[in-house]
Amino acid sequence: MMSLWEYANPVKFLRLSSKVMPWAWGVGVSCLVIGLVWGFFFTPDDYRMGSTVKIIYLHVPSALMAINAWFMMLVASLIWLIRRHHVSALAAKAAAPVGIAMTLIALITGAIWGQPMWGTWWVWDPRLTSFLILFLFYLGYLALWAGIGNPDTAADLTSILCIVGSVFAVLSRYAVNFWSQGLHQGASLSLDKEENVADVFYQPLLFSIAGFVLLFFALVLLGTRSEIQLRRARALSLRGHTK
Amino acid sequence: MLLSVSDLSVSRGGRVLLEGVAFDVQAGQAILLSGKNGIGKTSLLRTLAGLQQANSGQIDVPQNAVVYSAHLDGIKQALSVVENLQFWGAVFGRSNLDAALETFELGDLRDELAGALSAGQKRRLGLARLLMSGRSIWLLDEPTVSLDLASVSRLSRVVSGHLAAGGAAIIATHATLDLNGQEITIDLGKFATTKSDLAASEKAFL
Amino acid sequence: MSALLVRDLKLAIRAGGGFGLALAFFLIVIVLVPLGVGPEMDILSKIASGVLWLGALLACLLSLDRIFALDHEDGTLDLLVTSPLPLEAVIMTKALAHWITTGLPLVVVAPLVAVLLGLPSNGYVWLAISLLLGSPALSLIGTFGAALTLGLKRGGLLLSVLVLPLYIPTMIFGSEVARRGIEGAGVQTPLLLLAGISFGTVAVLPFASSAVLRINLR
Repeated sequence: MMSLWEYANPVKFLRLSSKVMPWAWGVGVSCLVIGLVWGFFFTPDDYRMGSTVKIIYLHVPSALMAINAWFMMLVASLIWLIRRHHVSALAAKAAAPVGIAMTLIALITGAIWGQPMWGTWWVWDPRLTSFLILFLFYLGYLALWAGIGNPDTAADLTSILCIVGSVFAVLSRYAVNFWSQGLHQGASLSLDKEENVADVFYQPLLFSIAGFVLLFFALVLLGTRSEIQLRRARALSLRGHTK
Repeated sequence: MLLSVSDLSVSRGGRVLLEGVAFDVQAGQAILLSGKNGIGKTSLLRTLAGLQQANSGQIDVPQNAVVYSAHLDGIKQALSVVENLQFWGAVFGRSNLDAALETFELGDLRDELAGALSAGQKRRLGLARLLMSGRSIWLLDEPTVSLDLASVSRLSRVVSGHLAAGGAAIIATHATLDLNGQEITIDLGKFATTKSDLAASEKAFL
Repeated sequence: MSALLVRDLKLAIRAGGGFGLALAFFLIVIVLVPLGVGPEMDILSKIASGVLWLGALLACLLSLDRIFALDHEDGTLDLLVTSPLPLEAVIMTKALAHWITTGLPLVVVAPLVAVLLGLPSNGYVWLAISLLLGSPALSLIGTFGAALTLGLKRGGLLLSVLVLPLYIPTMIFGSEVARRGIEGAGVQTPLLLLAGISFGTVAVLPFASSAVLRINLR
């Protein structure tokens, strides 16, 4: 039986991913278009929030992917450290820019939504603060990749940073929850209300989430492929020098 | 046999430099590694010291037998000669300070700050550290750099004494050291890879 | 191990060791705050505990690159790695030396400087306690960051970008202790959490740092 790990071989991965990628793009874009068009034009306004509620079709999926991208990086880092599959390390590297973009989208759409709802672009609500902190963690991770010349060293160090960073990111989440309650009662404009959205909003939201997931997948594949090709070029030029 | 290397492959920066390196070192023996610049002498010594991973192959060496001395001697400019040596003595759990000072004629300089020493004197201080380690296999990377002739012959005497006491040494050098015929010169040129070989982590991408 | 600690402390105190620079930096930052915020004492006393924590954190950050950089430049680190000392213990010792030369002086000086910001009188004890409990974590997290950026040119800025996000929980709980202490609210929970972070970092981070150091030295 063929093992899943076979595709951890860079060359096999390139071959397989070239077949998968067009589907991921196609289905992803379709889902997103369906979700957004349905959500924007064919759902009623919320009785409380009016038409502003429609930004959830961008806000919720991007926030979801911002966290999941980091989680994927964590898993990929562990796989690299334990099994030394190059594809895994490079997939983690490729996921980071997508993850930070998702975080930024979530923060910006949140601010745009917050303006009409709360009358301000920003509040130090635990959730908003956590996302801002997540953004900082992404920055550190990307900066470390950019700072190190040797690709294997960079993969090792960023993996360890990702693991240690995950622990501190979770700690930060708890710390922030703790920090903005108690002393600062009253400022808590929690976003928890969005969780009990009605079915009419829910179904297009599912499409939009699926679209984001697939587009994330396609972007990570694309990034991983180009990272692999860069490493190939490096290996070829190293070999050329020796000759 | 103190140290045995078989079929060792050493790489640097993604490329294999040396392949099939094999030699044994007996107690009382010194290996002189020769070969042109960039052939991989330093990489080999660092691999033997455990500072670098071998690409493949085997190194058999008893635990805590090796001490490594490189271009940089780990000398603290702001500490005196004695303080520098005392520190390494404490690290290796040894107290033969005066003997080490005497062997490299550093007695008169003992309370000088290391930063005030000349290049040659610093080098001697770095070598005195080897004696403080009490370890049996010395790995020396270009130990004669910035030593005058008298100091080179003193180094030869010290290494010979270490060999006579049952120690061993692996020395990368261009200078000739007179070690009473206990030295074997290995030309690393014969292990240099001629085929265009890449380290395993690069090969994975082809 | 004590030899390494003594050596690091000696090196820090002697000429060029940079001891006291972090304290000077801390003092300057604290003086700059009222110049930027304005002289109203009631505003300053409200933000005093947070500003003091932030200043201590930045002063700590500034001195991190020295933990390994000097030993790396002169080859000492290679020799330490191949010495009989376990690398984790070497790292613990270096973090301890950093804490003694930076963290501990800050704990002592912060309550004195707090006068400049009009820290409420019941806050002094809590400020000192929170810094005492939190600063070991700052040193250990910083040691991890210093190991990550070892040998990189212009590593200083990268070090800050890596370490500051990791400092967030420590700073939140630390300044929370001081703030709650001042307001007379219960400090037990943040105090325990702060101590937990410090003990946790002592227990776990030296292992991560030594793995990182081995990777960087190979």
